[in-house]
Amino acid sequence: MSEIQNYETPNSVSEAADILAKGDVTILAGGTDLMVQVDAGRVEYKSTLMNIRRVEGLRGISDEGDHLRVGALTTITDLLESDLIAEHGTILTEAADAFASVQIRNAGTIGGNISNASPAGDTLVPLVVLNAEVELASKPNGSIVTRTIPIKDYFTGPGKTKKEDSELLVAVIIPKPAAGFVSTFDKFGSRPALDISTVSVGLGGVLKDGALTDVRVAFGAVAPVPLKATATEAATEGKKLDEATIDAIAATAKDEVNPIDDVRATAWYRKEMIESSMKKVLRHVSK
Amino acid sequence: MSANKKMLTREINFTLNGSPVQVSVPVAENALIMLREELNLTGTKYGCGEGECGACSILMDGESVNACLMFAVDCDGREIVTVEGLAQDEVNDQLRDAFVEKGAVQCGFCSPGMMIAAKALLDKKPNANRDEIKRGLEGNICRCTGYVKIIDAVAAVSGTNQ
Ligand SMILES: Cc1cc2nc3c(=O)[nH]c(=O)nc-3n(C[C@H](O)[C@H](O)[C@H](O)COP(=O)(O)OP(=O)(O)OC[C@H]3O[C@@H](n4cnc5c(N)ncnc54)[C@H](O)[C@@H]3O)c2cc1C
Ligand code: FES
Ligand code: FES
Repeated sequence: MSEIQNYETPNSVSEAADILAKGDVTILAGGTDLMVQVDAGRVEYKSTLMNIRRVEGLRGISDEGDHLRVGALTTITDLLESDLIAEHGTILTEAADAFASVQIRNAGTIGGNISNASPAGDTLVPLVVLNAEVELASKPNGSIVTRTIPIKDYFTGPGKTKKEDSELLVAVIIPKPAAGFVSTFDKFGSRPALDISTVSVGLGGVLKDGALTDVRVAFGAVAPVPLKATATEAATEGKKLDEATIDAIAATAKDEVNPIDDVRATAWYRKEMIESSMKKVLRHVSK
Repeated sequence: MSANKKMLTREINFTLNGSPVQVSVPVAENALIMLREELNLTGTKYGCGEGECGACSILMDGESVNACLMFAVDCDGREIVTVEGLAQDEVNDQLRDAFVEKGAVQCGFCSPGMMIAAKALLDKKPNANRDEIKRGLEGNICRCTGYVKIIDAVAAVSGTNQ
């Protein structure tokens, strides 16, 4: 039913998990997806609307030794301005920089972007490249249980993830990449700022003597979920990135994707874009 | 929205343009409707209702956000500033004069949102250059001026010649 019967503002993860355990809850973070989706009639409110913005400890980026912990309520602006992210995950800084407008970046959260699970969600490709994991919390038997899922396995379809309704996404864990790791993000939409990506490409790897190892490639908006491009990764691994190799890798990338026609672009156009975007990111990191 | 009439409401308290307010709002209503219809502050404009145009920009705890995407209940406990609240603001006095002088206002519909976005930008980067100004205003659409005069006006206040 679309009638809201309860409005809850939990202060802790534990309180939020208790509310979720009762079921039939719509979670509200920044609201930038939810408000638009409800107004457009694509989403109906459940009987409880739970605003998680006051939950303690869910916002911010911390250095935990071998990994960074990014709270679910961390805004896109927080990501963009973080020195820790710039140091260990340049690709995420670049994606935050290409994300919508100041106003949307100030309100939108990383947890909302992931949970919305749009194949065009701009933090998803960088998080796949960074081998990130999501941490979920719930209270099945009265005490908090958490589990983590690698982001590359997290999405099951547009708007769908492995998260249970009783679970709250609490944080994103980003392992610190090895020394020499470089990464970059390229997004193509029809208008630079507010447009939802038509295609996006993320590339990361350890650069040495003009070649990348531990190569990670991901594509956004070309499949129902962010795509980890294993064939393109294999084509890149350990190869000296001269122009001929870059062309060959980009051709592999083009073959690896199998996009659809939709209102934003045709499949043919998306394949062309993947190829040219792939060249762009390879040239960028090899410079 | 007739459904709002019977929607669950919640009483919230926040600071609006420097003064405390208490208001009861439907829990799924957006802050733009609350400001315009319940609090009669019509300076904040409704353009698109979906985060694209910036006409509804307000400051929440000093940061610009789109009121049309914000749940009114989320204003609880926060400091909200609308364009009306900029009437007594030093940066805004300069912006207003510069907008007039540079011809940055035609129909004026985008101007309240532009003022808020420009104020948020200049609070963070008082000497913003033209590129930074363009970035700072990218969430604000103007159908009349073609932007150059608006950027000129903000640049006049930041004092940039780049
Ligand atoms: C004009 C405009 C431009 C945009 N541009 C971009 C863009 O360039 N790139 C891009 O990727 N996106 C873009 N978006 C989409 C949106 O802003 C982002 O997806 C944003 O990160 C969503 O975060 P939020 O906090 O606002 O989410 P909300 O709207 O609050 O929530 C989104 C969904 O996630 C669920 N949810 C939120 N937090 C949690 C949690 N912690 N645990 C479990 N579930 C949760 C909610 O229930 C809801 O279903 C744009 C949106 C608009 C309106
Ligand atoms: S009315 Fe809010 S952005 Fe257009
Ligand atoms: S002056 Fe008319 S929309 Fe900007």
